[in-house]
Amino acid sequence: MSAETPVISLSDVEVHFETGSSLNPLADNDVVRAADGIDLDIFENDVVAIVGESGSGKTTLGKTAVGLQQPTGGSVQYRGQDIWDAQKLFSKPDIPFSEIRRSLQIIHQDPESSLNPHKSVRSSLEQPLKKWHTDLGPEDREARILAMLDRVGMSPPHDYAQRYPHQLSGGETQRVALIRALLMNPDLILADEAVSALDVSLRVEMMDLMLELQDSFDTSFLFISHDLSNARYVAEHAGGRLGVMYLGELVEIGPAEEVLQNPQHPYTKVLTWATPSLEITAATEPPVREIDIPDPVNPPSGCRFHTRCPNATTYCQQRTPPLFLDEATSHQTACYRVDEDSEYWTHEPLEGATRDR
Amino acid sequence: MNTSSDLQAGTPRTAPDPILRIRDLTVRFEMDRGTSRVLDGVNLDIHRNEIIGIVGESGSGKSMLASALLDAVVKPGVTEGTITYSPPDGDDIDILDLSAEDLRQFRWEEISMVFQGALSSFNPTMAIGEHFQETLEAHGYPVGPGMDRAAELLDDLYLDPDRVLSSYPHELSGGMKQRALIALALVLDPEVLVMDEPTAALDLLMQRSIVSLLAELRDKHDLTMVFITHDLPLVTKLADRIGVLYAFEFAEIGKTETILKEPAHPYTRALLNATPNLDAPLEEMRPIAGSAPDPVNVPEGCSYRTRCPLATPDCEHEDPLLEQVTDTHRVACHHWRDAEEIPLTTEVDK
Repeated sequence: MSAETPVISLSDVEVHFETGSSLNPLADNDVVRAADGIDLDIFENDVVAIVGESGSGKTTLGKTAVGLQQPTGGSVQYRGQDIWDAQKLFSKPDIPFSEIRRSLQIIHQDPESSLNPHKSVRSSLEQPLKKWHTDLGPEDREARILAMLDRVGMSPPHDYAQRYPHQLSGGETQRVALIRALLMNPDLILADEAVSALDVSLRVEMMDLMLELQDSFDTSFLFISHDLSNARYVAEHAGGRLGVMYLGELVEIGPAEEVLQNPQHPYTKVLTWATPSLEITAATEPPVREIDIPDPVNPPSGCRFHTRCPNATTYCQQRTPPLFLDEATSHQTACYRVDEDSEYWTHEPLEGATRDR
Repeated sequence: MNTSSDLQAGTPRTAPDPILRIRDLTVRFEMDRGTSRVLDGVNLDIHRNEIIGIVGESGSGKSMLASALLDAVVKPGVTEGTITYSPPDGDDIDILDLSAEDLRQFRWEEISMVFQGALSSFNPTMAIGEHFQETLEAHGYPVGPGMDRAAELLDDLYLDPDRVLSSYPHELSGGMKQRALIALALVLDPEVLVMDEPTAALDLLMQRSIVSLLAELRDKHDLTMVFITHDLPLVTKLADRIGVLYAFEFAEIGKTETILKEPAHPYTRALLNATPNLDAPLEEMRPIAGSAPDPVNVPEGCSYRTRCPLATPDCEHEDPLLEQVTDTHRVACHHWRDAEEIPLTTEVDK
């Protein structure tokens, strides 16, 4: 895995948004730190699922990875070519930007608003083919669209091709969006909460379809979700990785099964508690010291989770933990608790927290 | 059609103390292409101090049931049937017969509701505290003690009362607004709290946290709660009983444990199997084939038969009524005795 060049490589990426609300031009604007110090490589045929709460920066990370959001620091490379350098005038990139753009596709959260309501399914799907496959004639385009519709289980395809978005169900609209992305023959598809808006009974079906197409089209997927069980379903099925984000930082990442069976970061454990299961358990108190996520404008010092963490000590207030790598399992965790020799163990727990192992 | 013993089912015989009795409740909309029945002859008893979860997919009629409980179905919808409310002291009230003024007082003082999309329920130009004041004044309650109660409720919900009451809605996060809204719904000390997808727009962690807090609120304030959701795993953490709605009727009603461990309706079993679950073996999660029926064209007979692996010609001719499986468990299926032919893939450990 390490020998090949990743399709997408993020190194030390940071995305900060300035919230310019003040009328005073001399005032310091607040800065929202949506992503900070993110390193992530996505390889060919790779599936990476990212989970996090709203405001954790997971969408920003996804958009940065597919070149829709320019990072304010660090670099994003597509097969070794910096995406944002490729767009500069006279830069003579090794890989032209138009090819990078085609190779990185996105499926949005809200299927209804991602299709033009005035266009039939056929004309929505024709657009990308017309632009990128100029060698195809009208019959070839038609044949390809119908074959894809049939492939995703929308039959009879002739009937579906004529429909408008309002005549499709949520699941069908999302499938059209998926086809539209796949027609580009992309290397990486960002699926941002792509199944969250669907009914529970349809989610598994949609995820199965994505996995099947991922496999047969040799595409990589970056799957973003707030729901650990959906992320697990996709990542574990594809043998991929699962990453956890908190307030703009990647706090834990590793093979999906390893992260779920053996979560190391206290935040990942909290997410596991919050993930619905069909067990009957008595309602227990949330295992966090604060229910509300802090404001990303002013993230807490040190480890950003220390304000809510059930295991935080004064050390966590002062120092930001790096990602510790467990080489045997390639499991990375940004928490001092995984380090036996850390000074963490000699510091006093914060109020309400315990240092127990 | 319904004998009185049939109606009592789903209730432990020892403590039949329903606070709300819903009988033959139908909500219909007249449309150009026919009559759309979004609730079709629903019967349900809601017991005092219980938390009942109503589970259904989108378009199963679950939100209509919530609106009908407050006689708040939007025009031109027509609500028929009876909903009898038994206050702790005093005479029974038929909610659907109340005059406009009586209804205005009844809502919020006896039954209050937290709506779906609650994040837009606050007026953006008013501070949260003003919402509480306005509610107290509109119902003629003393504002001083009322605001003390508001502060206590906010504190119970892990919110800082002073900060929240003086904030404007945009200054609070989604989870804080949602909790403030639950406090607002409880400020007049109602008997029943109806919640329609109260946590759907929130993060899982916040959802789970709110559910834990709701259980505490029920015990502290002797509330009866109706929790309407599409999220079966979430409601199992909270509800004493669960009713499963399919195509505008109850498919099955029973104790939470029964619904999870011995579901008797093929739809409930399929729904459990389709639920993403961290513990379930991956290969065994299955989608439900087919799609839910259109409210204008509900199939003859059993509405689930087109998707049901157990369906026989009988199901086509005769609409199954809710049959009694045990004292506390009712199911609307001709073949519930054979339901185990659909294996449950979710191992539910207690």
